[in-house]
Amino acid sequence: MLGLNSRDFRLFLIVCALCVFAPILLNPFPVASSLGESFNAGYPALMQRFVIFGLLVIGFNILFGLTGYLSFGHAAFLGVGSFAAVWMFKLLSYNVVPAIILSVVVAGLFSVVIGYIALRRSGIYFSILTLAFAQMMYSIAFSDLVGKLFGTIVTNGETGLQVYNDDPQILMSEGSPTVPHLFGLEMNSAFTWKVGGWEFVFQNGYYLSAIFMILGFYLSIRIFRSPFGMMLRAIKSNQTRMSYTGLDTKPYMLAAFVISGMYAGLAGGLLAAMDPLTGAERMFWTASGEIVVMAILGGVGTLVGPVLGAGVIKYLENIVSKINDSILHNWFAFMPDWLENLMVTVIHPFIGKGWHLTLGLLFMAVVIFLPGGLMQLGEKIATLFGRKKKSDDAKSGATEPAE
Amino acid sequence: MSKSNFSRRGVLKTGAVTAGGLMLPTYLRADAHAGYTNAPQGDTVKIGFNVPQTGPYAEEGLDELRAQELAVEHLNGMGDGGMLNTFSEQNLDGTGILGKKVEFVTGDTQTKSDVARASAQSMIQKDGVIMVNGGSSSGVAIAVQGLCQEAGIIFMAGLTHSNDTTGKDKKANGFRHFFNGYMSGAALGPVLQNEYGSERSAYHLTADYTWGWTQQESMQASTEAIGWNTVQNVLTPVGAGDFASYLTPVINSGADTLILNHYGGDMVNSLTQAVTQFGLKDKVVNGNDFKIIVPLYSELMAAGAGSNIEGVFGSMNWNWQLQDAGTAAFVKSFGEKYGFPPSGSAHTCYVQTLLYADAVTRAGTFNPCGVVEALEDFDFDGMGNGPVTYRGADHQCFKDVLVMKGSENPTNQYDTLEIVEVTPRAQVEYEPDHPMFAGGDLGECNPGA
Repeated sequence: MLGLNSRDFRLFLIVCALCVFAPILLNPFPVASSLGESFNAGYPALMQRFVIFGLLVIGFNILFGLTGYLSFGHAAFLGVGSFAAVWMFKLLSYNVVPAIILSVVVAGLFSVVIGYIALRRSGIYFSILTLAFAQMMYSIAFSDLVGKLFGTIVTNGETGLQVYNDDPQILMSEGSPTVPHLFGLEMNSAFTWKVGGWEFVFQNGYYLSAIFMILGFYLSIRIFRSPFGMMLRAIKSNQTRMSYTGLDTKPYMLAAFVISGMYAGLAGGLLAAMDPLTGAERMFWTASGEIVVMAILGGVGTLVGPVLGAGVIKYLENIVSKINDSILHNWFAFMPDWLENLMVTVIHPFIGKGWHLTLGLLFMAVVIFLPGGLMQLGEKIATLFGRKKKSDDAKSGATEPAE
Repeated sequence: MSKSNFSRRGVLKTGAVTAGGLMLPTYLRADAHAGYTNAPQGDTVKIGFNVPQTGPYAEEGLDELRAQELAVEHLNGMGDGGMLNTFSEQNLDGTGILGKKVEFVTGDTQTKSDVARASAQSMIQKDGVIMVNGGSSSGVAIAVQGLCQEAGIIFMAGLTHSNDTTGKDKKANGFRHFFNGYMSGAALGPVLQNEYGSERSAYHLTADYTWGWTQQESMQASTEAIGWNTVQNVLTPVGAGDFASYLTPVINSGADTLILNHYGGDMVNSLTQAVTQFGLKDKVVNGNDFKIIVPLYSELMAAGAGSNIEGVFGSMNWNWQLQDAGTAAFVKSFGEKYGFPPSGSAHTCYVQTLLYADAVTRAGTFNPCGVVEALEDFDFDGMGNGPVTYRGADHQCFKDVLVMKGSENPTNQYDTLEIVEVTPRAQVEYEPDHPMFAGGDLGECNPGA
């Protein structure tokens, strides 16, 4: 169906269902319970990040997963997309449509230029080139060099770009919403459903982002299964041999690079549409590194792995970093005092500001024991419990690299 | 594909559950009727402390967090009450806020605007906080202030010294107790004239972001007002680490004073290099002894720079060495709990939390618009800064400013700075439409949903 084989279609439906029911699935605990206070992740801002960063890494995976070219500067496209979107809010109106369109277009243009130059080299040199470009763009944005050149504000330096009341916004009329909206449908308005002790929030902005992620995911399946995708895999296997057969790999590489840059631009535009402020730090090299970590953690070259990786990292960053000692004391309050204090002391380094440590350990464990990322874990569990016939079925989520 | 067996019982059951589920939301959306976002339910109220726990300002952030926890203890009637006893308003009696026990959540901003906003959003959407306090670095404070304005939450800014926070980026739901770049300049000017005369040439090194720019602008204006000449202003990237290439041209520029508009680790590095590597303090230029000025001081920076700050002038919002009753009470309870004196940023966050609690009590509601009204043009005393006013026009606090100098003979490890002068408030006041602050729009208070 939809041009997908039955296995891919099933996977696609699962992803759709997860997106639709995320507000419920991510809030498994009652609001007032201590587990709910700590571990519920089903609030709009975080769910938006799950799908937007999922989209970003899906795009990144088209480049890295298929061709093996590791771009270390993808955050630059994310940042460019965000800046483009916020400028649309400042100049036209809070409608997200022009913002999202322009963010994709601008990121596409930037990736054509950067890709054209960076793709002259492969391997580590390619990574370094993309990193260098991204850092240049970061520095330009951080010091607002473009703005200084024209004597105006373009990126607004470290403070970041936001919309002010005195901006032109030429398409704004009297009654227009003053928050990002889709033809009047406000992004931040939500519907809260309370059932017993549970509370589920269905927010417009989240669902718009989720639709884009589902579209992006569908496109990525089609690319993975297309002759074009096969060509990209061939490049990963042996680019030199491809050239010897008389095939020019450059256009394929550039196309993959631009597509993944546009995904990043779209993600940047969506980030701005959910929260109309952006800054240069979104382009910093650590942000690019985070994208790489997300892809590797989830499973490079798999279809859903990247989304999973993005989800895990955003979860750790937003949930684990907020657990503090007093919450720990609540959890272990039933224990004798000395044991309670011991437990808190043991866990303390891994929570709150120590969430990086938790992430680092998780990353090491995955890289050492599961080189195929978290998707490989899924496979292993499936083969462990599945019947014989399931053994090939288990791979449904994981597309094996071609080599 | 799976095949499903419909049974009469199954259909009835599913139908009933679905119908029940669809009916529930219609009458359970009670919170929407309270008239403002996150109206506290039950007998507790939650506030959010959003501070940098990692990154360049982590030290400041962690000290802020200590003070915030202390403030919550005092509000809930634990400990010795600290400044509650010296505060000119005596509405807070240790029973929480409006009889509701205060709970708090914490978040790590990492000194990044995006992360700070994500953390604040999670506090607002998930934890249901009614107020966010914190924010080291002006960029972060401005970003979070904007977010709180949109969400309909009160933002009590912590350590933010840029003119823009209550200037062109001011917001109706945001309040700043800390002083700003203009006040530093205005307080330092006369002291510098007294000490160094009016025949000097200043060379500025400035951190390249909103705080650095406004700080430099303020210092240039106030030093030129006392007759000094500005040789040059050089912008340096934040977190540069090595400032040698920026310091080399200073010696031959003809300047006899170096103004370091740096903060945190940058200031420690640039000052240390200027003193030890270039020996600027021992130079004589134009017949004047070479001098260095650091407009914004903090205890943590002073500790980092060690003996290099001896005799270097700067300014502070508050210092634990002040002798008034409020300071004594706060330093005592902070010291008893943590074993060392609080920093200026800890003080400002502590005071902001109490001011919020008091404003809610006076307004009789947690509604942000009520709180804004209670805080605007509010006069208070007993919080360590003498008589203070929260100005309604831009939500900036006006109070005395401390001019500090690096101690020549520190007696202990916390005695790194000495108070030179308490500059009276009248000298650092300015009009809301002063050119350095003009262009912003406070907007209307936003109660949210």
